[in-house]
Amino acid sequence: MTLQLKAIAKDYTVRGKTTRALDGIDLEVTRGDFVCVVGASGSGKSTLLSLIAGLIEPSEGLITLDGDAVTGPGPDRGLVFQHGALYPWRTVESNVAFGLELLSLDKAERTRRIDWYLEETGLAGLRKSLPRQLSGGQKQRVAIARALTCEPDVLLLDEPFGALDVQTKEDMQVLIRRIWADTGTTVLMVTHDVEEAVFLGRRVVVLASDPGRVAADIVVGLPGERDLAVKRSPEFLALRASIEDLVREQHRGHLGRS
Amino acid sequence: MSATDSARQTAQRTDTADEAEALRLDDEQRLAEAQEDRRRGGARPDWSPLPRRAGLKANASPLFSLRTTIPARWRWTLAVLSFAIPLLIWVTLNALGVVNPTFLPTPAAVLDAGLKMIESGELFSDLWATTQRVLLGFGLAVLVSIPLGIVMGTFNAGLALFEPVIAMLRYLPASAFIPLLMIWLGLGEPSKVAVLFLGTVFFNTLMTADAVRGVPNSLIDVSYTLGARRGEVLRKVIIPHALPGMIDATRVNAAAAWNFVVVAELINATSGLGLRIMRAQRFTQTDRIFALLIVIGLLGLVIDIALRQLRTRVGKWAA
Repeated sequence: MTLQLKAIAKDYTVRGKTTRALDGIDLEVTRGDFVCVVGASGSGKSTLLSLIAGLIEPSEGLITLDGDAVTGPGPDRGLVFQHGALYPWRTVESNVAFGLELLSLDKAERTRRIDWYLEETGLAGLRKSLPRQLSGGQKQRVAIARALTCEPDVLLLDEPFGALDVQTKEDMQVLIRRIWADTGTTVLMVTHDVEEAVFLGRRVVVLASDPGRVAADIVVGLPGERDLAVKRSPEFLALRASIEDLVREQHRGHLGRS
Repeated sequence: MSATDSARQTAQRTDTADEAEALRLDDEQRLAEAQEDRRRGGARPDWSPLPRRAGLKANASPLFSLRTTIPARWRWTLAVLSFAIPLLIWVTLNALGVVNPTFLPTPAAVLDAGLKMIESGELFSDLWATTQRVLLGFGLAVLVSIPLGIVMGTFNAGLALFEPVIAMLRYLPASAFIPLLMIWLGLGEPSKVAVLFLGTVFFNTLMTADAVRGVPNSLIDVSYTLGARRGEVLRKVIIPHALPGMIDATRVNAAAAWNFVVVAELINATSGLGLRIMRAQRFTQTDRIFALLIVIGLLGLVIDIALRQLRTRVGKWAA
């Protein structure tokens, strides 16, 4: 599995005024990778994910998955929104089952898979709950489980923990690391939290703002097995500081020009 | 000419773009200085303290607090009072003898007239005749408006095509169509059903379209990324999400349907509650008119409660 973005640009036209949100984005994500995209607001992070998900079309350039051009949304690219976008009338298990209901799977097989994902995401006790009864972290677990049941080639996460409190966020970071290891899925995650990006990613891509461009693509030289303690290690802190400086620099540049 | 003079002249000759740039830099410097001041702290001018407002007092009674739940006992008491007070006024007016009983019959007379109509069986046959018209006319309106509303709420082309004309049509009072409908469809059932239909279909369409448009885009987008096709998104996402709103629309417009059916029957009918009211008027039987009005009101209440129950059941997830 290889996801490739070649010279991607995206323009938005609002009231006759065209602005370029992304410009000249080249990016490659290979099977099993965990790539975090960081950037200040206005760097087009979410636009990038929408493009890959196929929800919007690039103005220039080409996105390919295993050589096939991406022309629209599909279950090979699972997307998790910041606020989950759960179906409010469906219970937890029924939300997770959505993608499988669309396939001709026999019931036993479907149940087996749903059970596994509910267990993996720690939702087994909440299967009959409605989304409105869930906390923010639980909602995100459901959204992640729902995307994973479709076994996407790449899991796209759009600031999935941005609205969570610090403790819940760390729980979710550990969870997504474990899911990544257990399922072997490829993850492309957008976040504004550099610490999160360094902790989770094998690579961190820094976007510059206005228009969004790739400012840096950094390999995180931390051990594959990580726990929260790694966040206090000197290597982690140094990498985090240098990437934060990069983001800040790009953000300043953006302010200076406007 | 000294060196400084020539420098000044050069400065005057700078073109406007440079001047604008200079002004901008000035502004930026001023802003930066202000920011620096703020950062140093204590930069706030020494203005007089703001006048203080007292905070909210701990509320004595939930009855007068905004959006505060009231005890169930109070809720029931107030609901009973809302019926009891008008009834009390009615009884008092009769007892004091200030109003001619021909105009305002006593509650006892109204009850008596109602019972008589029940005994003779005419109340139920009229009620059934009216109900049938509502079921047919409003049923047709629902059958047309729900698919149309879904189309308008889902496809921007559908919205562009139908919204302007429907927005206009709904302002045409259905009762004003009665003479025309009588010419077109005769005096029988079709013209009455048509009034009902015209009176409710446009509102129900627009309200359905609104409910459908209320489905968040993120839900539709996420469904595509889970592999759903457009038809599946409509069936499994848009309609379930919009269903409570559609039932709300139906509840509101059912009330309108009952209004229109009585209006239609007042003008011309061989049966129905509206006809019965018309007949009673001819013989100044205000007690019967009152009884019929109460029957219509109670029926409306029953329908409203039933639809609200349905709405609560279907929309449990939204509560």
